[in-house]
Amino acid sequence: MTLSLNVNGAAQTVAITDENTPLLWVIRDLLELKGTKFGCGKAACGACTLHIDGEAVRSCSYPVKLAAGKNITTIEGLGNEENPHPVQQAWIDEIVPQCGYCQPGFMMATAALLNKIPDPTDADIDRNIINVCRCGTYYRMRKAIHRAAAIQKETTPKTEE
Amino acid sequence: MTQNEKRISRRTFLVRGGLGTIGVLAVGTYLFRNHIRRGIAGVVNTLETPYQGNTKTPIIWFEVTETNDIVLHSPKVEMGQGTFTSLAQMAADELEVSMEQMSVVHANSASGNIDGFATGGSTSVSALWVPLRELAATMREMIKNEAATKMGVPVTDLKVTEGVISTGSASMTYADIVKGVTEWDIPDTPALKELKDYKFIGKPIPRVDLRAKVFGAPIFGMDASMPGMLYGAVVRPSAIGATFLGADTAEAEQMPGVVKIIKENDFVGVIANSQIEAENAKNSIKADWKADKKWQTADIEKLIEVGKGTAYVIQKEGNTNDVLEEEARVLQAEYKSPIGAHAQLEPNGALAFVEENKATIHMSTQVVRITRDEIADRLGFDSEQVNIVPTFLGGGFGRRLHTPNGIQAAVMSKAVGKPVKCFFSRKEEFQNDTFRPPTHHLLKATLGENGLIEAIEHNVSSGDVAFGSPMLPGFAEPILGADLGAWRGGMIQYGGIPNYQAVSWRVTLPFATSWWRSLGLLANTFAIESFIDELAVKAEKDPVAFRLAQIQDDDRGHRLKEVIKAAAKKAGWSNKVVNERAMGFAASTDANTPCAQVVEVSIEDNEIKVHKVTCAMDPGIAVNPDQVRAQCEGAIIMGISASMHEQMFVEEGELQPTIYGPYQMALMKHAPKEIDVVLLQNSEVPGAVGEPPLGPIGAAIANAVFKLTGQRLREMPLKLG
Repeated sequence: MTLSLNVNGAAQTVAITDENTPLLWVIRDLLELKGTKFGCGKAACGACTLHIDGEAVRSCSYPVKLAAGKNITTIEGLGNEENPHPVQQAWIDEIVPQCGYCQPGFMMATAALLNKIPDPTDADIDRNIINVCRCGTYYRMRKAIHRAAAIQKETTPKTEE
Repeated sequence: MTQNEKRISRRTFLVRGGLGTIGVLAVGTYLFRNHIRRGIAGVVNTLETPYQGNTKTPIIWFEVTETNDIVLHSPKVEMGQGTFTSLAQMAADELEVSMEQMSVVHANSASGNIDGFATGGSTSVSALWVPLRELAATMREMIKNEAATKMGVPVTDLKVTEGVISTGSASMTYADIVKGVTEWDIPDTPALKELKDYKFIGKPIPRVDLRAKVFGAPIFGMDASMPGMLYGAVVRPSAIGATFLGADTAEAEQMPGVVKIIKENDFVGVIANSQIEAENAKNSIKADWKADKKWQTADIEKLIEVGKGTAYVIQKEGNTNDVLEEEARVLQAEYKSPIGAHAQLEPNGALAFVEENKATIHMSTQVVRITRDEIADRLGFDSEQVNIVPTFLGGGFGRRLHTPNGIQAAVMSKAVGKPVKCFFSRKEEFQNDTFRPPTHHLLKATLGENGLIEAIEHNVSSGDVAFGSPMLPGFAEPILGADLGAWRGGMIQYGGIPNYQAVSWRVTLPFATSWWRSLGLLANTFAIESFIDELAVKAEKDPVAFRLAQIQDDDRGHRLKEVIKAAAKKAGWSNKVVNERAMGFAASTDANTPCAQVVEVSIEDNEIKVHKVTCAMDPGIAVNPDQVRAQCEGAIIMGISASMHEQMFVEEGELQPTIYGPYQMALMKHAPKEIDVVLLQNSEVPGAVGEPPLGPIGAAIANAVFKLTGQRLREMPLKLG
């Protein structure tokens, strides 16, 4: 069967044999977007986090059929070299990654958090950022999350009355 | 090592010309006479770790590109430790190019530029410190000499800036100069620059892989892709010690997307058109396994006991036996650490393409040569027919110091004649790990009339770490005696104590145990430094002063004292409980890098909370101080995770749990909000960085908890009663 997906602002049609295929494999193997990672396959580590209609979703446990017609954003669509997302800019400024494998998932989780809570407290971060990083980059990540909030505040145009 | 052996010999230096690129090809000259013994020591102790390069064929190190950039082919892999960045800094400084001109790639095994040993043991920068800079300096001089000929001026009149050579009136880039040159004169190895003249070495340069990792570039083993690639899944037993009897694959063969199912002596492999189809078919296979015994955690604990297995004295000074015989005065305590999983985020696996006469394997591995040889052996190929293309590692931590998992992908690829990608599931990753072995420690000591330690003995019982590893030749065990991985960190570092002894007890467990970042350091330091705290309490002394009073007066002792003093000073050390917070202290010396840590801890809802860690470490020259700090921060958090949260169990013959969450690890909420790192440099070479800061953290926390609660926690993971 074929499914229509909207990924990083572009319409995509994919052919699949199993509509319960995790969205992760469709993104990685059919659309060749490798920034979204496989970590556990059970939504336990967050390495596969992407956005569906702006919400952080663990795509390893999300059947692709549920994504049809929705807006999917991956790390490749969050920002790029020329136009980095505030979270990516903060990650660069704080030199967060070590091995780097879990980092896209953390950045996607952080971007979703900042959409909801533009200036999160440490307690907000502790409650919402619950992915797993084995290199132990949490200390720099926390600094980067606060920095991303500050960058976003500077660059977001004030909402018109 | 003599000065001569450090030099690159003229005879062994060759250059290959090309269209707009040149490669500097060097034959390894960094072997030591007794290289096997050196190599064995090298992975465990960085005192003098050689680079163990190829000795027969030319190998590529640098390329000059048409855009006048430099590509460094690294024989060491990048697993997060920042080695690529440090190597680029070292090369750029001697090549006279900017950091922006440098890029670093993994050397593939076909290039010949592979380290005969591994990437591990916190040795990458120290091992390449001299050879890489000498290679870079030699290449710079070669290009300058060529420029002098092309520009018709004496070489002494030339000035080099950022890969551009100028006479004052005219200039040429490295790329212009090397273009079309096929024969090169090789100069004698030039003198290296003075440390003070380096622009990049010693500076906090941003990681060279930073942007790739922030924008999600496909750089990891699991990201590798080839046209026409198929997906593999492997049926493995979940029980310890299980042997394969047979499998019913009838249902799987009929499932959608299945291309082929193969039955080998040691596994069943499914090859399918997609990941999900391979997994679905695999799940329908009914495999028979036979295990002789259903192991339980209690069985393993019974095996790991001081007094069982084989004992080796690994350190002896004075006479502990006589002093510790006076039982009435002897203080003693037992400590334990559990089985630990690596739990690195990227599972093990490989993308393999086996053709008629060659195999290409893309994978994350710390042991390029060993893996190449293992795959060649299984395929019936010569080693040279297998090309390992190393990728960035989604975590190493020692888990990828044995990666025979490349074999399954290769065997499946050979069976279908197409590229096959095959990775472990997370459950397989947890159950087929090469675990950090559980340990049991017995410590005994007496205090003298001066309130200092008169005699101390550390006994550690551990599963194997180095022994059983493919990195050690079989004959190494009788030569070495004790498992040098298990006793890492197990010696007494306070040389001022008149009588001390350390004994390592070897136990081989029914499942694989091996290298886990810092090896025995984590558990051994937890035991020893907690016990030292117990002795300080007994002696009614300040734990920092107690330690300082028992350190010998030599270079090693001086460096240890300095980190202890620096950590205490920076943390504002206090032995009192203030505002329901207490400080805990511990120190370790690992691979010649001393490290001391002060933690600030409170108890909230009966849980231990670590607020702040101050870490003073002396790794010698910090080629990239920012990444040394990053390694300290990461090791501290990984150490908190291992000493406060993590534990594997053996239930009904299986290792459990098999997923994050139930395998408890430190998350954002558990990480200290403040980590203050102080770097000292009381050595003139770069030393070990990636593992030493894992030593003190467990004991420092336990010591603070004792001060707060009076509970002496002697088992990891640390839990309040």
